[in-house]
Amino acid sequence: MASRRSALTAIGRQFRPLLDGWGNALATLAILVTACVLLPGVFEWSILRADWQPDAERCRALLGTGACWGVIVEKYPLILFGRYPFDQHWRPALACGLLLAALWLAGSGRLRVRPALALLSGALLGFLALLHGGGFGLPIVDSQLWGGLPLTLLLATGGMAGALPLGILLALGRRSRLPLLRSCCAFYIELVRGVPMISVLFVAAFLFPLFLPDRAGGSALWRVLPAIVGFAAAYLAEVVRGGLQSVPAGQGDAAAALGLSRWQCLRHVILPQALRAALPALVNTFIGLFKDVSLVTVVSLYELTGALTLALSGDAQWRAFYLEGYLFIGLIYWLGCLALSNFGRRLERRLQYSSRDC
Amino acid sequence: MRRPFAEFRRHASSRAFCYQLLVAGLALALVWLLVEQTGAELRTRGIRSGFAFLFEPAGFSIGESVLDFDAAQPYWRAFLVGVLNTLRVALAAIVLATVLGLCLGACSLTRNVLLRGLCRAYVEVFRNIPLLLQLLTWYFLLAEKLPSADAALNPLPGVFLSKSGLAFPWGGEVPAAGDFGIAGGGAVTPEFLALLLGLSGYGAAYLAEIVRAGILSVPRGQVDAAAALGMTPLQGLRAVVLPQALRLMIPPATNQFLNLTKNSSLAVAVGYPDLVSIANTSLNQTGQAAECISILMAVYLGLSLLTAAATGWYNRRQLRRGH
Repeated sequence: MASRRSALTAIGRQFRPLLDGWGNALATLAILVTACVLLPGVFEWSILRADWQPDAERCRALLGTGACWGVIVEKYPLILFGRYPFDQHWRPALACGLLLAALWLAGSGRLRVRPALALLSGALLGFLALLHGGGFGLPIVDSQLWGGLPLTLLLATGGMAGALPLGILLALGRRSRLPLLRSCCAFYIELVRGVPMISVLFVAAFLFPLFLPDRAGGSALWRVLPAIVGFAAAYLAEVVRGGLQSVPAGQGDAAAALGLSRWQCLRHVILPQALRAALPALVNTFIGLFKDVSLVTVVSLYELTGALTLALSGDAQWRAFYLEGYLFIGLIYWLGCLALSNFGRRLERRLQYSSRDC
Repeated sequence: MRRPFAEFRRHASSRAFCYQLLVAGLALALVWLLVEQTGAELRTRGIRSGFAFLFEPAGFSIGESVLDFDAAQPYWRAFLVGVLNTLRVALAAIVLATVLGLCLGACSLTRNVLLRGLCRAYVEVFRNIPLLLQLLTWYFLLAEKLPSADAALNPLPGVFLSKSGLAFPWGGEVPAAGDFGIAGGGAVTPEFLALLLGLSGYGAAYLAEIVRAGILSVPRGQVDAAAALGMTPLQGLRAVVLPQALRLMIPPATNQFLNLTKNSSLAVAVGYPDLVSIANTSLNQTGQAAECISILMAVYLGLSLLTAAATGWYNRRQLRRGH
């Protein structure tokens, strides 16, 4: 009897945080009631009455009562790869796989810094070569036809890869003792951070053609990528500056006392520590960039979001099923960001444990 | 033996001077090259330059506007309408996001597992999906899935929600359904509503994290002390914890408010006539890209500086009151 009672108390204790006090109990009740009202509807719409067949007739009959996942089944090549030639879709698929695998391997902590960087740049070059073609019997695909997930990945990783060195230079420039250099860097950083990304993309789309009038290499992608690099560099510069500030001044003095030149001191003592301290914030910036790249759809580059609009707006049969498409892309972005932030958290823990092995 | 180069290398100040001269020369050369190149390109394309176009009639109308505006009015007035529209939606979204963010941040620290889980889930979902996608989804839901104006939803007396937007009591007037749709009271378009919901939903997720970190930074003893004085948890939060947490929350929150204002530029994707949309239209009509983009950037920079100054003032006042 006694043991049964204690078991009951134990169960009761489990619920105490939920029911302790009036406000608390009321909140629990409100959440449960709302869930009971909403969840069956959501479940019914998304699963019970949903249709997976790519059949527009059946989907239209379902409109309003059930989800039509058939639109994804029907349109996923267009959503994922944009206007890339249909019979060549294995190329962007392979390229994305390659890049993601390289990113995963470089982030797993099994490689030291230099091999990881080499792997990443090799993967990025392979990615470009595979998309562009021209060798090994692969037909050339113009960069204007690139779209969907590969474009998102290219703009995010390429933007980050270009922005990191530029950001480091800007951060060093902003801490320089030379007043002119310092103010130039500070001006650039504050200017870019003060304006929205769309205005930078407008500069790329409307002003770059005026600066560089030869329209030969003038595909939109190669104008937008430098703009993204310039935009991200300003944010990275502030992140790196934070890292530089966290390195104690004694480190520089000690390096100087050992007879290291200023460049050697920077290269071997200051920067490794500063970048290590800035790594979590760098990952956050990368997550932000990954999401912000979706804005290039405003200047007619069809990355994931733009490719979805491209796939559905031109097709009267499927135009009514945007919601399912948005949910699909939202899931891709969400999983990507979740993976990245998990990676960031792991990195932070690892850095806390080991402060050797650079 | 004198070695002039080595001496130069050792002489830090002259070296610094030369480097700076080099930087200045490079920067000037770059600017000169760009201006020259752009000028030549504009001449060959037959596009004029300068801000004279601002005083010519705009020739387009604007869907919603605080000022009255028609196509015969000059460009500068169109830009002004755009700025006001940007401010209108940004301010409304900041207020809404702050309220929502405070609730979410406070709720994610309660003992109630259900409530806490719900708030954490909200933050994880809304922070990790691009704002553009959220805006497009809201706009699709509001403009396509809602009933049309003659069958408007009427959730509260005097509040009508339909494809043509939200009507609500305003200025002592209550909207009513008539023969020509809903008339009277205040009304906002679905574009405004989608932007407002998207911006505040996204901003609230970030603000919730700031609020949470701010509250967590207040030592646990303060909460216990408030409880020992007989305060309820809500009283303790309002009178003891929040005032202390606020000081830590202000700088990152300011940053978020600025981000939110800059993010309102995504209005162009749902067709809300904010500054970016107006600049985009003017740019396409006049071809004067450099001028339109520089106005755009100048306004946002000005807003950034203003917000920074305002929060700096508030921050100083808060710090002074804290002592």
